[in-house]
Amino acid sequence: MTNDILLAGFGGQGILFIGKMLAYLGLYGEKQVSWLPSYGPEMRGGTCNCSVCVSDDPIGSPLVLEPDNLLVMNTPSYDKFIGSVKSGGNCFIDSTLIEAVCDRADISCFYVPATRLANENDLHGMANVILLGKMIKETGMADEAVIEKTVKKVVPPKKAHLIDANLKALKIGMSQ
Amino acid sequence: MPEFKRPHALCDVPLHYCPGCTHGIIHRLVAEVIDEMGIEGDTIGVCPVGCSVMAYDYFNCDMLEASHGRSPAVATGVKRANPDKFVFTYQGDGDLAAIGTAETVHAATRGENITVIFVNNTTYGMTGGQMAPTTLPGQITQTTPYGRNTSVEGFPVKMCEMLSQLDGVALAERVTVIDPKSVMTAKKAIRKGFEFQKNKQGFSIIEVLSTCPTNWGKTPIEALQRLKDEMIPYYPLGVYKEGAVR
Amino acid sequence: MSELTLMKGNEALAEAAIRAGCKCFFGYPITPQTEISAYLSKRMPKVGGVFLQAESEVAAINMVYGCAGSGIRCMTSSSSPGISLKTEGISYIAGADLPCVIINVQRGGPGLGGIQPSQADYWQVTRALGHGDFHVLVFAPSTVQEMADTVTKAFDLADKYRMPAVILADGLLGQMMEPVAFDENAEIKLSDASNKPWAATGHGNKRKHNIINSLYLQAAELEEKVRARFERYEQVKANETMAECYKTEDADIVVAAYGSTARLAKSAVELARKEGIKAGVFRPITLWPYPVKEINEACKNAKKALTVEMSMGQMVDDVKLALNCRIPVEFFGRTGGVIPGPAEILNKIKEMIGGDK
Repeated sequence: MTNDILLAGFGGQGILFIGKMLAYLGLYGEKQVSWLPSYGPEMRGGTCNCSVCVSDDPIGSPLVLEPDNLLVMNTPSYDKFIGSVKSGGNCFIDSTLIEAVCDRADISCFYVPATRLANENDLHGMANVILLGKMIKETGMADEAVIEKTVKKVVPPKKAHLIDANLKALKIGMSQ
Repeated sequence: MPEFKRPHALCDVPLHYCPGCTHGIIHRLVAEVIDEMGIEGDTIGVCPVGCSVMAYDYFNCDMLEASHGRSPAVATGVKRANPDKFVFTYQGDGDLAAIGTAETVHAATRGENITVIFVNNTTYGMTGGQMAPTTLPGQITQTTPYGRNTSVEGFPVKMCEMLSQLDGVALAERVTVIDPKSVMTAKKAIRKGFEFQKNKQGFSIIEVLSTCPTNWGKTPIEALQRLKDEMIPYYPLGVYKEGAVR
Repeated sequence: MSELTLMKGNEALAEAAIRAGCKCFFGYPITPQTEISAYLSKRMPKVGGVFLQAESEVAAINMVYGCAGSGIRCMTSSSSPGISLKTEGISYIAGADLPCVIINVQRGGPGLGGIQPSQADYWQVTRALGHGDFHVLVFAPSTVQEMADTVTKAFDLADKYRMPAVILADGLLGQMMEPVAFDENAEIKLSDASNKPWAATGHGNKRKHNIINSLYLQAAELEEKVRARFERYEQVKANETMAECYKTEDADIVVAAYGSTARLAKSAVELARKEGIKAGVFRPITLWPYPVKEINEACKNAKKALTVEMSMGQMVDDVKLALNCRIPVEFFGRTGGVIPGPAEILNKIKEMIGGDK
């Protein structure tokens, strides 16, 4: 069983960070994982995407061209990648930032106003984590213990005060 | 009365240098300083590409032969791995001031704790007397047959003056070896360089104005005269920088 | 072993180098090897090692020459254009029989090229990483764990045979994260020059002076030196090849690929197997010496071989040489930083098998 995930948005939205979170969720769930950033000369503000593979078997290509699960946080990424989602796959859309509605009938789309929810819940800059929460819920890829272990691992020690905020953001996403 | 004999740090082999070339004297001064400080067993030398390319056969301490111009980088590698050993480079003008300028300047500005012996004879001796970065204006060489024209070939590089501007340099001194008095001064400068290194004060460079009778087309005596009359006015002798860096 | 943790390939390699006793690192910034320098600049001072950012790649490799010449395990890393600058120094290091490790996290070329993953430096590293008659050991890891493991191997074999060793990675392997484990109980012991009686460490008045040198003006003497080195290379060829075979036992078609491309080839082979095509992957881990025996074994039942690379076709020469034209060898590749997808590789496999029917 392989779960190929593509995360995309603008640089600075925390795409690589939630990619790392996903990879650790897989690792602590005793799966094989890989994380691959798409990098360019631009560090902030440009487009940014990240391939994460979670699998029962050793991972061949770490590059996700046809995702089982797509998470998008801006319109250019939505336009670029929505057609590549595998039939039967899922797409998770920050509907505060993306107005488009998908007309593909062979995939499931989840519209979460993640940016608005983040602002309303005093979780500024955590729309990414909220949207990831929705993906975790719909794919059932991790249980509570693994989620907690992951958040504690990926939030850097000097930002330890943000552990609770991250857990809160995941919960909000999972309740959508 | 001390006996005049070959320093231990100089191997008992014939040197290949031309008659009247002062490399032999400069080798000897370095070896005498190593002997007097009792550091031969703790010294590692790096030699260049140029006339002194085979200096590894002449110095009795451990030696490395570097590629052209890279001696300061090689010496950096040796010194960083062995901070308590003495590390010196022995380089000519083409090696140090043309192809290896970047390595020289950056070892100097890093305050790399090494001693550089820079032999300036205003020409590429080994390859047959081409223009060097230090060739004087008007000087005839194989590649400046009408004399160095500064509007075409530019001006000579004055390394001591240049390097003395850098914070990492503990000692920049220009000396020569054309008479007993200047030989004694040169030896003192070389000793100072090694002492500075011992005290971990940073980069030291001793520029020694040297002769090349073969490529200058002069007798040894005429060559010494030329050095005195033409080189010293352009490259004044003296201390350009001396002081504790660290 | 330590708990599995996610690390980028470049970081895992850097950590493994320290654990292999690498005491000094000399580098110069270039994408996509940056994380190696960044990691070591943080870590080296804490373990008593040396991190030094040189003024150029040329200076960095010459610092390696000096450091290796004094018997200390040391390393430099760069990406393709920077490696070209280092080739002069690498030739001198080989000519002076010095061990060291050089990392090339390849990017697209020629010239400034691009910064995306590439494998276009295969010829350079296996044929002529500098002027003169010499070889370097070349390792091609394909996972983050292997980035770590091959560094240790590279240091050991470099020392054993007194020659430079290169890790030929690429931007994809360098930048991707995978789980990696290190032996947490292993003591970090940076190298010293003991066991290297040839090193220029200062003779301590106990032996004759050592000379580190590549200059031999007498032709016969130089020939003898080079011949002796090539005799050592024969031992390397006989004893140090490494390769992985994946589903080659019954394969009609064997895909030869190294490094990150081998991962893509494996994915393509999985797709092919689903369609009933008996395909397998031959993955050389050492590129020099090339695993000639191993590829012949992997292709013993194959009717065709396909080489896949992120280049216009370089390793394909070695595959043909190794198989000695026994079976047809074809090539598929993308270059300039474009990564060949498993589906494209599958198409090529199908085209080749279809041609058989």
